[in-house]
Amino acid sequence: MPGFFSKERITAGHRYNRWLIPPAALAVHLCIGQAYAFSVFNEPMTRVLGISQSAPDDWKLTTLGWIYSLAIVFLGLSAAFGGKWLEKVGPRRTMFTAACCFGGGFILSAIGVYLHQVWLLYLGYGVIGGCGLGLGYVSPVSTLIKWFPDRRGMATGLAIMGFGGGAMIGAPLGVTLMKYFQTETSVGVMEAFVVMGVLYFISMVIGSLAIRIPPPDWKPEGWTPPVESKKMVTKRHVHIDQALKTPQFYLLWAILCLNVTAGIGILGQASVMIQEMFKGSITPEAAAGFVGLLSLFNMGGRFVWSSASDYLGRQNTYFLFFALGTFLYSMLPSFSGEGNIVLFIAASALILSMYGGGFATIPAYLADIFGTKYVGGIHGRLLTAWATAGVLGPVLVNYIREYQIDHGVAKADAYTTTLYIMAGLLMVGFICNLLMKEVHEQHYMRHDEVENGETV
Amino acid sequence: MTASENQHQENHAVLLVLFWAYVLIPLGWGVYQTFEKALALFA
Repeated sequence: MPGFFSKERITAGHRYNRWLIPPAALAVHLCIGQAYAFSVFNEPMTRVLGISQSAPDDWKLTTLGWIYSLAIVFLGLSAAFGGKWLEKVGPRRTMFTAACCFGGGFILSAIGVYLHQVWLLYLGYGVIGGCGLGLGYVSPVSTLIKWFPDRRGMATGLAIMGFGGGAMIGAPLGVTLMKYFQTETSVGVMEAFVVMGVLYFISMVIGSLAIRIPPPDWKPEGWTPPVESKKMVTKRHVHIDQALKTPQFYLLWAILCLNVTAGIGILGQASVMIQEMFKGSITPEAAAGFVGLLSLFNMGGRFVWSSASDYLGRQNTYFLFFALGTFLYSMLPSFSGEGNIVLFIAASALILSMYGGGFATIPAYLADIFGTKYVGGIHGRLLTAWATAGVLGPVLVNYIREYQIDHGVAKADAYTTTLYIMAGLLMVGFICNLLMKEVHEQHYMRHDEVENGETV
Repeated sequence: MTASENQHQENHAVLLVLFWAYVLIPLGWGVYQTFEKALALFA
């Protein structure tokens, strides 16, 4: 009898309702999306000993900043290395492992707060939790693509929208729990970590129990695969290791990296940027509202753009991201100069929707180019572009801004160069997208290799 | 369609509604919280 986690055990029957798969994926992505909201714990964690204010032995913000950075680095690494394992063992085992890592990471971090040992937080949330993030992120993607061959973009968009939405749940949940557990002797972080660890573990396990893979010859009722192959949509498959030998992989890597770098450029600095560019007009509360609005567009863009890509085509969708993004980025300094807040906000929101859309559309683009058989693993390896952009984006914005301010540029004008650089990066992305062609014949797997799942 | 197949499909439909509600209710709560925060921009 096949094991509980085996692919055979989770292969659905022909009458299985495929609409049960997106909520299974969402159950995981809504949890791991909490990573975006980890910063709500930073300030309270600087008062773990002092409670009302920081004591001399309390952790500094710079020390705590490493927890999130480690989590993102390990997200990229585990997605890259775990992707091949995912293709071998299937989504249930991978999702369950992700649940253990992410939930366990929270519990270990709670112990770290209790013992006031920061290395336990680095290991817990940063390393182990980060592995949970990476495995959880990639695990449902290829399954969704296989269940929705007719709407690949929409299916992956639904799951990846959950990652954006997870922050919207994680931030208020974390704040509410800390408030509830706050006492005269505790800031409530440890207790909040325990509750969130348990909740997220349970939710992710529910996702892992509900996930199913379609039977090999399955196709949606009433849908017939197009007889003639569409341009840039292959019916064949490229092996995960062979994909790394194609220029298409590196072009897509650059496309994702550049799109994310440009988005992070705005997202990471949104609150300070709008206050400095519209000095006197924007209060800190309104700036926080601006960040909230961008988060909503980031999340909505994931679903809307990836669904639209099913009709527009993947390459055209990215052409739109890069062309429109370049135009909007280069217009932002003018909107600021004219004091036109409405256009500034609208342009920023549209840019952020395309940032989210870039994340959500890339798995479907990969499936179009490399086929569906190893798309989960290939997607995992491509996510190293995200980790790279996570470092590159804030570094570009912060250092260029600091350099300009040090050289006498007014704070309100210090973003202009950065915004033009972001527009330039998107132009490079446009060129990379333009260079995308179908994979060369030599890289495709032979029919017998596909049947046997043999490595090339 | 047999009676047992009919019952099976009904069970599937209930499960489908419950499962979507399970993920969409917390997501809706999160979106509402963020939307409330975003309103400060227009205040």
